[in-house]
Amino acid sequence: MVAESVQTSASPELDHDSLLSVRALQTHFPLDQGLVKAVDGASFDIRQGTTLCVVGESGCGKSVTARSILQIVDRPGRVVGGEILFRRQRRGAGKGPDGEIVDLAALDPKGAQMRRIRGGDIAMIFQEPMTSLSPVHTIGNQIVEAIQLHENVSNREAKERAVEVLHKVGVPRAKQRFDSYPFELSGGLRQRAMIAMALSCNPALLIADEPTTALDVTTQAQILELMRELQDDYGMAIMFITHDLGVVAEMADDVVVMYLGMTVERGDVVSIFHDPQHPYTRALLRSIPTMGMGTRTRLNTIKGMVPDPYDRPHGCPFHNRCGEYMPGTCDQIVPPPIDLDEHRQVRCLLHGGAPSSGVRNEVNT
Amino acid sequence: MLKYIARRLLVMIPTLFAISLASFFIIQLPPGDFLTTYAAGMGAQDNIIAREQLAVLEERYGLDEPFHVQYWRWISNIVCCGDFGQSFEWNQPVSSLIWDRLTLTMLLAVVSTLFTWLVAFLIGTYSAVRQYSLGDYFWTFIGFIGLATPNFLLALVLMYISFRYFGQSVGGLFSPEYQNAPWSLGKAWDLFQHLWIPVVIIATAGAASTIRIMRANLLDELHRPYTTTARAKGMQEWRLIAKYPLRLALNPFISTVGWTIPTLVSGEIIVSVVLDLPTTGPLLLRALSSQDMYLAGSFLMMLGVLTLIGTLLSDILLAWLDPRIQYEKAGRR
Amino acid sequence: MTHVEPAPDTTGARVDPDTSPEGSSAVPGGTKRRNNLYTASQWRLMWWRFRKHKLAMVSAIFVVFVYLLVLFAEFFAPFHSSDFDAEYQHAPPQSLHLFEETDDGTRFNPHVKGFDYESDEETWRRTYTTDESEIYPVRPFVHGHEYELFGLITTDIHLFGPTDPDAPMYLFGADRNGRDILSRVIYGTQISMSIGVVGVVLSLVLGIVLGGVSGYFGGWIDSAIQRVIEFVRSLPEIPLWMALAAALPQSWSQVQVYFGITVILSIVGWTTLARVVRGKFFSLREEDFVTAAVLDGVSKPRVIFRHMLPSFTSHIIAAVTLAIPAMILAETALSFLGLGLTEPTVSWGVLLREAQDIPSIAHTPWVLIVPAVAVITTVLALNFLGDGLRDAADPYNK
Ligand SMILES: Nc1ncnc2c1ncn2[C@@H]1O[C@H](COP(=O)(O)OP(=O)(O)O)[C@@H](O)[C@H]1O
Ligand code: SF4
Ligand SMILES: [Mg+2]
Repeated sequence: MVAESVQTSASPELDHDSLLSVRALQTHFPLDQGLVKAVDGASFDIRQGTTLCVVGESGCGKSVTARSILQIVDRPGRVVGGEILFRRQRRGAGKGPDGEIVDLAALDPKGAQMRRIRGGDIAMIFQEPMTSLSPVHTIGNQIVEAIQLHENVSNREAKERAVEVLHKVGVPRAKQRFDSYPFELSGGLRQRAMIAMALSCNPALLIADEPTTALDVTTQAQILELMRELQDDYGMAIMFITHDLGVVAEMADDVVVMYLGMTVERGDVVSIFHDPQHPYTRALLRSIPTMGMGTRTRLNTIKGMVPDPYDRPHGCPFHNRCGEYMPGTCDQIVPPPIDLDEHRQVRCLLHGGAPSSGVRNEVNT
Repeated sequence: MLKYIARRLLVMIPTLFAISLASFFIIQLPPGDFLTTYAAGMGAQDNIIAREQLAVLEERYGLDEPFHVQYWRWISNIVCCGDFGQSFEWNQPVSSLIWDRLTLTMLLAVVSTLFTWLVAFLIGTYSAVRQYSLGDYFWTFIGFIGLATPNFLLALVLMYISFRYFGQSVGGLFSPEYQNAPWSLGKAWDLFQHLWIPVVIIATAGAASTIRIMRANLLDELHRPYTTTARAKGMQEWRLIAKYPLRLALNPFISTVGWTIPTLVSGEIIVSVVLDLPTTGPLLLRALSSQDMYLAGSFLMMLGVLTLIGTLLSDILLAWLDPRIQYEKAGRR
Repeated sequence: MTHVEPAPDTTGARVDPDTSPEGSSAVPGGTKRRNNLYTASQWRLMWWRFRKHKLAMVSAIFVVFVYLLVLFAEFFAPFHSSDFDAEYQHAPPQSLHLFEETDDGTRFNPHVKGFDYESDEETWRRTYTTDESEIYPVRPFVHGHEYELFGLITTDIHLFGPTDPDAPMYLFGADRNGRDILSRVIYGTQISMSIGVVGVVLSLVLGIVLGGVSGYFGGWIDSAIQRVIEFVRSLPEIPLWMALAAALPQSWSQVQVYFGITVILSIVGWTTLARVVRGKFFSLREEDFVTAAVLDGVSKPRVIFRHMLPSFTSHIIAAVTLAIPAMILAETALSFLGLGLTEPTVSWGVLLREAQDIPSIAHTPWVLIVPAVAVITTVLALNFLGDGLRDAADPYNK
């Protein structure tokens, strides 16, 4: 089991500049074939008004982490452990570091409070704008719905606001587009419509799950640019999920690296890129082709394959692919989170946690 | 939309032609015809009037002439003057025999369709949303039984039960006092009271397969990303299901109507025979076995035509419900 | 923009872990080899998945049992389908007693008891009562009427029956001529079940040829065949069958009528199979091994029959299993209407036709219930089996 001591006191603590704090999150899927620990020990903080990028290979639990925050994990998945502390602003109040702190993991996924937070305080956009929008409803209809779910406004007012936000996200001729069906729009416009829908209620946090992966390079750049602009305008925090380190470099203030459902390293973007501490982070960075090398050179991919989710490796989940694997240690002990400095954390036995280094650990049985 | 309908109507014309040709061909298949059988039966009696009548009929329909001439004569009379020919057995124009019965057949088929939808929609939705619940298993099981029970058998069993336990025979569509009465509110109510038994029987088989389709469609849609999007907006679960997956599951559901209509008409025909309803079934069966060719042929053709119209209506409904369909059609043009 | 090479999604729970090894392993050797390996592993997977489907497994056993009845009807049935005894018209079902109470105590002696009856003066209807004193022992492997198994072996052994071949034994009651309903239902399987198979084989040949041609060539050939299929499917089938069955000449023998009916049923039946085949062809045309075979210069028919067909035999088997019950029901309906087979041929439809008169059925419900239960359970089993096979053949495309 993941060894991480988090005090679950009556009034949860949150750093003064933190908006959301995920602590030792565990989300499991009990399937017929076995238990899939999609997220097993994810911890990170998102600071107010900043962008956190979550990186990792596909299948490492990024999407499930994001969905766990909103409690919209597909059945039979369930959040089984950890805390998701969120600082809830009173609506209409400024974005100061006040407001109540709620543990989202403890809320009833079907309850009214969770529903108010979804879309209202935390909004989410997805990878596939085509399939993520209903094909038989106009985009206007879908945006107006989002507004009216959280604010008590008339149809006309809601429509005006929808057109306004469509305009804001750069949809040309927003009034006419309001009545378009998703299949009548290009991929880029669809994603803009998705963003408009997400921003229509002025959320404090926007979760973007690989929002540009399905788009071509030019459109991708435009959407990223748009998101940065909107962040300046709206002042919201962004949790940006991607497997593209280029995007990370462009967007991130902070970075979290995930591997097999675990956050293996976290820190600010500069230290992650210039001083990576975890062997997995280093391997990821090595796989980026250096400028000037020419596109034809072979990428330095990470050796080996992501292990089967039913059959997680003992000890450090990365040990079967790690270049610095220490036999007898790494395959026995789950690396504990080691704080390097205030915003830096790494989970690798090279940095401590092995018996020789004197730190007490639980052994994975 | 109009363009789409016009196109569909145009496509229908060759199909109509094929239906009429096939109907005429099929009733021509049996060796001999009504007149020869009839004449042989009269034999020595040498009824001069009847013989003359036969000759007139033979002349009129050109029963000795080749197939295409006969067909042409038949179809041109239908198209130009609504004359479906003469029923040999009833000695009446076919058109005076078929319309009442076809109307009741259609009424039964339409009411059964609506009933099937209602049942399939409710149960299908329930089964999908509560997948693997006790209720889901129960309805799936009932559905399988419905699928395995032929209509006529269900009719027999129901008749048996009502006779055995309620001491009355079900059957017919009207009580004796209304049998030949002109249409009135009382007659309509009487019809309604009799209608439900055949409707339930016909709908059961249809509903069984439709429930399964509805359930499968809805299960598909429940896992689509747009459902997650709606959930992420903070929508209430039941409202979300009604607005998105249910609405989208409706499309393939409607498109199945096109091919449930022939099944329902089939079901209606055989159930009417068992329950002896004054609809197409019993008369068609009789006309077929006595080789009353114009009567049988007209029934066959009209059943085909009505089915075709039903399919067309369901396609139009679908195009209206799903904006993508017209878009695709327009894109292809 | 630079990318982390995303690892192949072997972790996806939705990916069946068993499909990946065979699916992705690059086998050296020709197209044929690859293809064989592909089909072989497909069969194993299918069996593996099928086994998990309990209901389908039970149904499979039941269906095998029914087909055994077809093959050995004379052996399984205690009497011949036409054996009658005017003494026992509409005799009710008896119960089979295992033990006999004698003066010396209870002893094991499976038996049925005889009947007494009174006739109603007016209606001629008989009321039967059990005659406790008459005891007819019932044994396995008794000698009864003689028959030829497959026209080869002459024997008179029956699975079970009364030791005295003339004793009244009506475990499921008798019909209006005093014939044993159980024996008649068992004999009925021969026609009803085989008509399904013969009809499906006919449909299959038509369906595979036309569906294959349609799916392989595409283009206008495909459109033409599709129009025909649409046309046939848009017609209400019962009236169509009725009309065609009515066209069968009166002078035909029962065997000719039998084949006539199967042909009629196949006229509609092939369309479903053709659709399945066509759909599969469309998706397979793009698969690597087919492209490879075409590039190798293999002739078209050879590509179709050697390479494409084998790779979706499993789907065809599933579709066929689902088509059989539809045929069985159709035959039942036609015979019930008097348009198909008639006495003295025995099929389930013929048996049900005898149950048409409801007022009399009210007194002798077994005439309706026994064949009805036979039809429903068999069709049900075939549906479950077909469903299980389809799920096993194609778990992602229900
Ligand atoms: N609906 C689901 N059912 C079962 N397993 C799931 C489901 N969604 C995700 N998983 C499992 O969770 C793990 C993480 O998936 P995901 O979060 O989608 O990865 P990614 O990092 O690519 O977004 C995967 O191994 C996957 O098998
Ligand atoms: S704990 Fe061991 S195996 Fe894991 S990353 Fe560190 S060195 Fe590699
Ligand atoms: Mg993902």
